[in-house]
Amino acid sequence: MDIAGEKGTAKTSEVANCLDNAPASVTEVFQNMAQKGLVEYEPYKGVSLTDKGLEIAKNIKRKHRILEVFLTKTLHISCKKVHDEACRMEHSISDEVGDAICRQLDAPARCPGGKLIYPCDKRIKTCNECKGTSEEEVSAGQRKIVPITDLKPSQTGIIAFLRGGQKVIQRLSDLGLTPGTEVILMRKTPMDGPIEVSVRRTSLAVGHDIADNIFVEAAGAS
Amino acid sequence: MRNCPSCQPPAKSFDKNADLVVALAGNANVGKSAVFNQLTGVGQIIGNWPGKTVERAEGMLKYEGLKIKIIDLPGIYSFSTYSMEELVSREFIALEKPDIVVNVVDASALERNLFFTIQLLELDAPMIVALNQIDLMEHKGISIDYNKLEEILGVPVVPTVAIKGKGISELTEQIIKLTEQRRATPTIKYGKEVEQRIEQFAPLLGKIDIGYPTRWVAIKLLEKDNVITRQVGGIDETIVEASETLAKELEKIHGEPSSVVVSAERYHIADEIARIVQRVGVQESTLTDKLDRIALHPVLGYLMVLMVVGGLLIWTFIIGAKISNLLSDLLGPIEQLEPVVSGPLGNILWNGAFTGFVAGITLVIPYVLPFYIMLALIEDSGYLTRISLMLDKGTHKLGLHGKAIIPLILGYGCNVPACYSCRIMETPKQKLLAAFLVTLVPCIARTIVILGLVAAFVSIWWALALYVFDIILIVLLGRIAFKLVPGESLGLIMEMPNYHVPSLSVAAKQTWVRTKSLIWIVFPAYIVGSAVLQTFYAAGWLNSINNALSLITVGWLGLPTVTGILLIFGVARKELTILMLAIIFHTTNFGSIMSPVQLIVLALVTMLYIPCLATILTLAKEFGWKEASAISVFDVGFAIFLGGMAFRLLSLFM
Repeated sequence: MDIAGEKGTAKTSEVANCLDNAPASVTEVFQNMAQKGLVEYEPYKGVSLTDKGLEIAKNIKRKHRILEVFLTKTLHISCKKVHDEACRMEHSISDEVGDAICRQLDAPARCPGGKLIYPCDKRIKTCNECKGTSEEEVSAGQRKIVPITDLKPSQTGIIAFLRGGQKVIQRLSDLGLTPGTEVILMRKTPMDGPIEVSVRRTSLAVGHDIADNIFVEAAGAS
Repeated sequence: MRNCPSCQPPAKSFDKNADLVVALAGNANVGKSAVFNQLTGVGQIIGNWPGKTVERAEGMLKYEGLKIKIIDLPGIYSFSTYSMEELVSREFIALEKPDIVVNVVDASALERNLFFTIQLLELDAPMIVALNQIDLMEHKGISIDYNKLEEILGVPVVPTVAIKGKGISELTEQIIKLTEQRRATPTIKYGKEVEQRIEQFAPLLGKIDIGYPTRWVAIKLLEKDNVITRQVGGIDETIVEASETLAKELEKIHGEPSSVVVSAERYHIADEIARIVQRVGVQESTLTDKLDRIALHPVLGYLMVLMVVGGLLIWTFIIGAKISNLLSDLLGPIEQLEPVVSGPLGNILWNGAFTGFVAGITLVIPYVLPFYIMLALIEDSGYLTRISLMLDKGTHKLGLHGKAIIPLILGYGCNVPACYSCRIMETPKQKLLAAFLVTLVPCIARTIVILGLVAAFVSIWWALALYVFDIILIVLLGRIAFKLVPGESLGLIMEMPNYHVPSLSVAAKQTWVRTKSLIWIVFPAYIVGSAVLQTFYAAGWLNSINNALSLITVGWLGLPTVTGILLIFGVARKELTILMLAIIFHTTNFGSIMSPVQLIVLALVTMLYIPCLATILTLAKEFGWKEASAISVFDVGFAIFLGGMAFRLLSLFM
């Protein structure tokens, strides 16, 4: 997923390089995955994730980052080792365990490396709600929720929920970013600078770190 | 209007000196200060960026024999406890009970403004809505049914364009009318889930009186407002427990903190009202959209920041130097040539005072005027917030965010208002960090020293180098201070105002207000200071002071002995260093008395060595004496250290 990046496709040789494997064995794995409908594979051109594959990859990435937080914060494992440890663990833990760790850690927003942890796809409104519930109450849902920073300029979204400190959440909702409100992402600034959001005929500049924790249901570009 | 003296006495006001007290409240940057200026004729500084009014301003309006005191409250979005301003404003309105609250509303962003109006209604204040900026509203293709809005809110609604004075007399009439006959404010009903809980719970509060309306207290308890919770908890713990249970139920239903649930409900009501009274037509691409395409462009945007900030300084250099030369030529013939150090005391004093006057006119005024005019134009245009946005990422490294750029830029004018404007930062840590960095920004007084010493007698490039060096210092020290000062830092959340074409008359007024204080308060200081200095000089006291300091000034910094006294005077006002230098040597040709290295070192030390007296007092007021002295002591030590280093380094090749 990382290798493919913006283009959406990764070449067999690139993947092989990255994994330190022979291209031939990588090709074999891809063919295998293509049969399961996780990737679309075209010989010589490369490989791209299908929607189903993307879902799974995102889920593993989420687990990976949560595990990194868990290893650093709770177990105090040294920073250098957490990535490799998390790489091994991410495939073996179930969703249930991943979510339990998430709850235990109070729904962390970022991994130790500073990368954003996406919210899970549970049928709950906010992380806050998840904290007090048990596993049976929250089953998988279908909402497509992304951080507002994932919207494209002039794309509309509906605020799903806010994550962050109490003060920040209070301020954002006082300024009109309340759940259920329609917002338009006006523009992003380079190098993860602030974004400009249009809400209720006013325009707000929001720092990137805060904006990453404003989650919206994306709609089409207006 | 007051044709029936027997009907009703004018409402009782808490202020003995005024018949009526009127408070202006509303969101940031909706034109409260413009309304204030129109009502009172007082020159409250106005500017197009949110958070400008930090202190509440007061002024008097005389109308049909009534003395009406007008109070301009800082702009806020809500009555939560997010900031000191919110807390102070709600306490003022609820507890000190002004006779009328004028809610200034930006008609072009009705929903967001009504969110605050609803909260004012809940505080049960007798109020009037001034629907301001209706010209901008029309520009955005919006129309509002004023009568309908008045009907729904149950309070008078007056459309205004404050900046042009439109609607102000109607507003005054309504103020008088309302004090004679108060209307009952309607109760704003929330959605079922919230409303049920308020109703269920408000009766419990019957006996509790903390000065606020009961329903409002009930809502605040549901929102888990920490101040109100503490107050009520001090009287009856069980009520707080009951409210917590209800708040938990709300949070369970909605999955959000109860305060967010209540805010969302309020916005829902505001949206509803707006939907009924407002018609929105097609909006063409506005000036703001077009300008922002350049101002916030990833490449052009940064170029523009550089051009505007650099242009501001260069403009001051060029225009200032021109006026300064002109004035010197004009005053040259009457200037005394030799300092009078003997003769009757009266002569000495007069001579000193006169020299101070001339030095003030030729060295200070020429640079202050062009700088303030340009700064006012930039402030008024709305561009400051765009600089904030563009530079946000960079300021994160200093533990700040983009908004801190505003105090820093204002600091180039005067550090005092710049320190006050640090209140736009959210946390105590960020306020203190920003204020510390502001004290390192060369204000106009220090600019005069840099220009007068370095640009004039070394080269303009060395003067610019000092500025660039200063910016590097600010970044480095900010980075270190960020690590050392404890506390939390919040990120950027800022409203982006619409641009408007800066008005020359507003800028001229602004410049006058700022220059006026300089002329009335500071100018006498030059004159008195000069007279005192010359007396000291004549009496032979200067040498003892200078000698006492010579270990630092001569030994470490390599400056002439006289600089000791200059740096002492400079604590009061930075430009006094250069004025006094002119008086002691009786020349403004400083190149003839000091070497280029000495000039640069003296300018460098003056730029950094201590915040001036007024700034120190402001810091003490805002943060306490401990912080103010820590900053001052650090600045002194650091400037002396740097000055000595610079002297040794520069001597190698100059």
